[in-house]
Amino acid sequence: MADKKATREAYGAALAELGEKYDFLVLDADLAAATKTGMFKKKFPERFFDCGIAEGNMMSVAAGIATTGKLVFASTFAMFAAGRAFEQVRNSIGYPHLNVKIGATHAGITVGEDGATHQCNEDIALMRTIPGMTVICPADANEAYRAVEAAILTEGPMYLRFGRYAVPDVTSDLPGYRFEIGKGVTLREGKDVTIVATGYPVHLALAAADILAGEGISAEVINIHTVKPLDTELIAASAKKTGAVVTAEEHSVIGGLGGAVCEALAAFCPVPVLRVGVQDMFGRSGKVPELLEIYGITAENIADNARAAIKLKK
Amino acid sequence: MDKQNELRLRRIANSIRRGIVDEVHAAGCGHPGGSLSIADILAYLYFEKMNIDPKNPKMPGRDRFVLSKGHTAPGLYATLAERGFFPKEDLVTLRKTNSYLQGHPDMKSVPGVDMSTGSLGLGISAACGMALSGKVSGDGYRVYTIIGDGESEEGQVWEAAMFAAHYKLDNLCAVLDLNGLQIDGPITEVMNPTPHDEKFLAFGWNVITVPAHDFAALEEAFSAAEKTKGKPTLIIAVSVKGKGVSYMENSCEWHGKAPGDELYSVAVADLAEIDRQIDREEAEVNG
Repeated sequence: MADKKATREAYGAALAELGEKYDFLVLDADLAAATKTGMFKKKFPERFFDCGIAEGNMMSVAAGIATTGKLVFASTFAMFAAGRAFEQVRNSIGYPHLNVKIGATHAGITVGEDGATHQCNEDIALMRTIPGMTVICPADANEAYRAVEAAILTEGPMYLRFGRYAVPDVTSDLPGYRFEIGKGVTLREGKDVTIVATGYPVHLALAAADILAGEGISAEVINIHTVKPLDTELIAASAKKTGAVVTAEEHSVIGGLGGAVCEALAAFCPVPVLRVGVQDMFGRSGKVPELLEIYGITAENIADNARAAIKLKK
Repeated sequence: MDKQNELRLRRIANSIRRGIVDEVHAAGCGHPGGSLSIADILAYLYFEKMNIDPKNPKMPGRDRFVLSKGHTAPGLYATLAERGFFPKEDLVTLRKTNSYLQGHPDMKSVPGVDMSTGSLGLGISAACGMALSGKVSGDGYRVYTIIGDGESEEGQVWEAAMFAAHYKLDNLCAVLDLNGLQIDGPITEVMNPTPHDEKFLAFGWNVITVPAHDFAALEEAFSAAEKTKGKPTLIIAVSVKGKGVSYMENSCEWHGKAPGDELYSVAVADLAEIDRQIDREEAEVNG
């Protein structure tokens, strides 16, 4: 594994580098230094527009820009992009299916010390209910960078979820890895249980598989970077093979990846599914490793849930 | 503005009003009051001011229009049909299942609609985005939007007002339809958003106040807006809600209600009388 790097860093770097190759505008809401769009701003000041602390306006402005045929990224924290501006995203961007890319950073409880008001554990759930909205949650910086380029090249509204906290690389050295929107990536093959993860916990899923391997349990690990449209085919095929599934995300287990996987498997391959993530509760302030421990977003807890899921098999 | 042109625009506006009444009567619901109050503004924009082409609704360099007070879609649809964007016969399909004329404007289904609107406060921001985009690429098009006076109670209107002034969007002209009424009563009683002029001036806008049903005044205002550089313009159009239909005028009741058959006939008769008045004035002009 290569160095740890936050996906928001990759987002900023991708905008700044790809800004040379592609023509797009970037909006932010007074958080350019934190969302890392500041890297783009520095290089292309004439294509960057700060909207101030007015996220609802920013989303509708982005929609207006998109109607004129220009590609635009709109960035702020996930809490304000998906939360505060939900209605603008739904009605101004989603309903007319406009080509706006929402770069939402500081998602999930890995925000850390800022606490519950800023830890958006609901954004995947909110965004995936909007018809036609693509929802992407990269596992590491390499994947985040590729996701940005894929977003530029793919027409339509898209929500890209990035984290504040540095995450280990899991995709850079993966043989044959390529980023394709809507296609899950099998990181490790197994036969006893499937672990489906998105975003930050993907590397924890791999660590859980290592723990399980030590006990003779063979776990398949799937990285779902695109929560919508969900790669139902890949997940159902794996579930059919293993007969038990665990999901892992740093998001509420209600309506996020766990919810999406349950919806898909209920229809196409009903097997026991246990969901690791933030339970029905708010976050809190603290150091990230401590919070991950408290909320059970750890390799050990994923492994525990895998054992429990296997026991639930008929 | 010469008398001939004024009469032409009044006749068009009256035809738009007829379309509005036909639409909401056929639909059995919808928003006639605020549609009738903006009929003259729409007539002026679509038949005199804006660079648009009904045969090519998505013409790249066209002027843009955003109906931020999207519930008055009947007014916009009647105008677009009058201008030839789609057949006037379709107006009576408003709000019906399988009609492309959705209850609120849908840019994906209605030719000539530049932005989907309906949720108040969102349209003026989208208009800002269009204007900003025009500035970035140096396109000379202008962006027009109509907001409601009740709509100005939405915080987002003021976020947009701040944005437009900050980025010196002088290619943006917003019209505020000051008919003084919203669903629950007079705007000053429900949640007083006035004075609009002082507020927008303080936000850095150029502000012009005009009577909304006077084409000469509208021409002067829109022309002054176009000449104003370095800041966006707000035209406060002092209007009569329900204008043209006797029993709807200055009435909250007709904000979002359709007339039944009997009252529909009264509305049609009211508008026919306006047409006859225009005929009389035209006969005078033609000597």
